[in-house]
Amino acid sequence: MTPFVRRRGSVVGSFEQSEAQLLANLAAQVVELLRDRNGESESSADPLAAMVGMNGPVLPPEDPVLARLLPDAYTDDPEDAAEFRRYTEQTLTSSKVANAESLIGGLAEGGMGAGEDVDVEVELDEGQTLAWLRAFTDVRIALAVRLGIESDEDAERLAEDDDPATAAMADVYDWLGFVQETLVQAAD
Amino acid sequence: MDCVVDAPWSPRVRHNGVVTVSATGPAPAEIAPDTDLEFGVELEDPWVTIVWNDPVNLMSYVAFVFRTYFGYTEEKATELMLAVHHEGKAIVSSGRREEQERHVQAMHEYGLWSTLERAEL
Repeated sequence: MTPFVRRRGSVVGSFEQSEAQLLANLAAQVVELLRDRNGESESSADPLAAMVGMNGPVLPPEDPVLARLLPDAYTDDPEDAAEFRRYTEQTLTSSKVANAESLIGGLAEGGMGAGEDVDVEVELDEGQTLAWLRAFTDVRIALAVRLGIESDEDAERLAEDDDPATAAMADVYDWLGFVQETLVQAAD
Repeated sequence: MDCVVDAPWSPRVRHNGVVTVSATGPAPAEIAPDTDLEFGVELEDPWVTIVWNDPVNLMSYVAFVFRTYFGYTEEKATELMLAVHHEGKAIVSSGRREEQERHVQAMHEYGLWSTLERAEL
C-alpha cells in the first residue's frame, strides 16, 4: 500500500491486489449487515416514505455492530430515541451503504481483479474522499466491535493474542487505522 | 443576564450557539438610528449535541470532522477533540432542537458516537 497523498486537487493512493480485495470484502460485509437490518428495500428507499417516517424502525439493532453504526440519538428518553430513529435511520443506513459501495466501486475502477501483479491505483475527488473516510470508519467500527475493542489498550493487547485468527484480525484493524490516517492527512 | 429593552429586538441564533441580539427599527434614544447592535451574548441554549469518546475513531479524523462539518477553526476543533478524548465527551454545538438533531444525524454519518440532550440550565 502506498499512503494517500494529494495530487492536483485529487487524493491518490495505491493498494496491492490482496489489500484491495480485503478492503472490498470488509466493506461488502458492512453493506450486507446494513441491508439485513432494513431489508433490500433500503437501497431504493422511497424518499417520501422516509420523509414521513413510514416503516422506519423504532428499536435499536440487536447486533452490536449495527447498534454502534446506528446509535440512539437520545440516551435519556426511549420515546424520543424511537421517534428519531423512525425518521432518520433509513437515511443513515442508505448513506453508509453508499459510502461502502463508493469504496468497493473505486477499488474496482482502480484495477481490482486485473491480475496479481497489477497495483490498484485510486484517484479520489473531494466527495469520494469523504465517502472513503466514512467507509473506513464504519469498517473499523465493525472490526473493533467484533474484536471487543473498548479501549486503546485493548487494541494493543489483541495484536499479541494467542489465537492467530484474532491476532490477524487485530493486524487488519491496525492497518486500516494507518490507511485511514494517511487519508485524513491527504484530505486536509 | 438581564436585559431591559424598549425597542424591537430580533434575536438570531447562530449554529455555534451564540445568540446575537440586533436592534432594528426605532432605536432607544441614546443610540443613533440604523445602528446595528451586535453583542455576542453567550446564552445557555436549550439543546446540545454531545460527541462521546470511542476507542475506534482517530484523533485526526475527529478533529477533521469538527473542522469540515461545523466549520470550526483548527484550534477549536483540536480543543474539542481533546476534550472528547480526555473527558469522555464534549458539547460540540448548542441551539434549537431540530438543528441539533441534524448535527447528531450528521455525526452518525461520519461514524462518531453522538447524542443530544436538553442543556443543563
